[in-house]
Amino acid sequence: MNPVPQFQLRLYIAGHTAKSVAAFANLHRICETHLAGQYTIEVIDLRETPQLAAGDQILAIPTLVRCLPEPIKKIIGDLSNEARVLVGLDIKPVGHAMA
Amino acid sequence: MAETNHNKTEERPNTLSKAPTGIEGLDEITAGGLPAGRPTLIAGSAGCGKTMLALEFLVRGATQFNEPGVFMMFEESAAELTDNVRSLGFDLDDLVARKLIALDHVHIERSEIEETGEYDLEGLFIRLGYAIDSIGAKRVVLDTIEALFAGLPNEAILRSELRRLFRWLKDRGITAVITGEKGDGTAITRHGLEEYVADCVIVLDQRVREQITTRRLRVLKYRGTAHGMNEYPFMIGKHGFSVLPVTSLQLDHKVSDHRVSTGISRLDEMLSGRGVFHGSSVLVSGSPGTGKSSIAAKFVETACRRGERAMFFAYEESVAQIVRNMRSIDIDLEPWIEKGLLEVHASRPTYLGHEQHLVMMHDLVRAFRPTVVAVDPISNLFMAHDDAEVKPTLMRLIDWLKTEHITAILTSLTSGGNAPSEPDDSQVSVSSLMDTWLLLRNSEIGGERNRTIFVRKSRGMAHSNQVREFVLSDNGIDLLDVHVGSDRVLTGSARMAQEAHERAASTLRGQDHERKLRRLASKRQAIEAQIAVLRAEAEADLVELDFIVAEQKLQDSIEHRDTGAVFRRRAGVAGTNGGGMEKP
Repeated sequence: MNPVPQFQLRLYIAGHTAKSVAAFANLHRICETHLAGQYTIEVIDLRETPQLAAGDQILAIPTLVRCLPEPIKKIIGDLSNEARVLVGLDIKPVGHAMA
Repeated sequence: MAETNHNKTEERPNTLSKAPTGIEGLDEITAGGLPAGRPTLIAGSAGCGKTMLALEFLVRGATQFNEPGVFMMFEESAAELTDNVRSLGFDLDDLVARKLIALDHVHIERSEIEETGEYDLEGLFIRLGYAIDSIGAKRVVLDTIEALFAGLPNEAILRSELRRLFRWLKDRGITAVITGEKGDGTAITRHGLEEYVADCVIVLDQRVREQITTRRLRVLKYRGTAHGMNEYPFMIGKHGFSVLPVTSLQLDHKVSDHRVSTGISRLDEMLSGRGVFHGSSVLVSGSPGTGKSSIAAKFVETACRRGERAMFFAYEESVAQIVRNMRSIDIDLEPWIEKGLLEVHASRPTYLGHEQHLVMMHDLVRAFRPTVVAVDPISNLFMAHDDAEVKPTLMRLIDWLKTEHITAILTSLTSGGNAPSEPDDSQVSVSSLMDTWLLLRNSEIGGERNRTIFVRKSRGMAHSNQVREFVLSDNGIDLLDVHVGSDRVLTGSARMAQEAHERAASTLRGQDHERKLRRLASKRQAIEAQIAVLRAEAEADLVELDFIVAEQKLQDSIEHRDTGAVFRRRAGVAGTNGGGMEKP
């Protein structure tokens, strides 16, 4: 089995809105399910650090950026659809959580 | 909401607050600028100058009106934009360093984005808000926000977020310019941005006619203010955007009674002795080689001699060629060019559309401020195009020059050859705009061509109705009286021959006349001699008569005396013997 690359994820939110909270909860759950031990999540609140928005070309909130592994991928929305998040992050599902 | 707020505001009850663009002409059309604190949509097809207009609005706002601005671009990168506008003299790097302009490049790649669940565009708001706050911006350009439609999958969210964005900009009192690509058919923009931007819509257009591109600007809509309704040609020149709104002006320019010499004294003479009116327009038309350019050059040179500035637009010859050619008829333009009183601009008519030529002329004239402008020839510039389209352009030029009190001399090449009536007709549409119309003609007599000139019309002054011969020589331009023979006009050698002939004839006639005079004189002398003799005779007769009369008188008196004496004696004697005789 090939070593699974380390996932470096960054979640952009703007204040603690319902969507932000939902996105973080969804992300946390998906990562624990499929990437246990192989990921880091950095949450950036643009309300506090607006200057960081330009760097990752953030428009939509919430946006999840997969910084590593390359290439960079972005997923916008509250990450409520797990299947699409997995496709977006290019992660092979572990087990049969969805079944 | 903004409108009701505005209506309630008491400090400015009727006038909409405007954000001046600083762009030549655009502020005139919009009566002061774009609506302050509101968004304006600039729509147009690709490459017609939307970005330039938006950027110039921002740069001029920052540099001239103390209103810093944010340029948020969705297509070009900041580096590309900076390079692109450097040619217009805008140094964006410097403006960014001075915190007058903030640039933000929003790049969105559809392929990188996966969508899941609900989202909004708060990130865009935050970026924009951050940029605005970082420099205290009053103006924002979004160029072009339509790119989001391609980048974001959910159009419903995008539309509601755009509506929120424009509301947000209005609430912050930001004067925003949004650019949008022209849509198909009658749609103003491809994605219906006009739906969100209801206050002011400016449409840019680019047309190609006969391989020449003309750009036009139109204010489609401007809520709450009067604005120019027409299409105005514009140009992106060395100094940025330039719109020519001349037709919005009224026909109310001030007129001058001051006269300007044409530099040709006999031509001035034909124009009631003092030349043309200052600020009027003069058309010099004629077929090829009739000397139109020479008259224009002389006019310009004369203005320079008076110490005035003059500008010569040449569309046939290069500057060097004009200088050389005019020198051959004793018009030296070079010293005036060196002194900076004369500017000669030579360009190819096909280089730009006629309206853009007009914009260019406008820019140059504004920069140089001459009192005399010559265009040689307008026919090349304008006549080649569709006449119906050309006349308004020309009218704009002439109107504008008049309002600026610039005397214009425009030459026009007529298509015809020698046919006397034909060349006139082709000028009729133009001539109605002109105050003075000089017509030059070639007349071919006796195997040579000669130039003639006459004043076809000259408004507001008595002018000669005579045809003069127009002579170009080493000594310059001169007008000569033509020989008007029994039934034709003679010029050149024919005139000289005719004059010589007439001189000879008149010499002969003179001699004959003198002989006759002499003969008459001698005859008269003879008669007078006779008269003298007769008078002498008459006098002699008179003396004789006097003598006779005197003699008679004497005789009478003697007789009378004698009779008396006899009577008296008789009477005395009668007492003795006379009585015997009385009464025998």
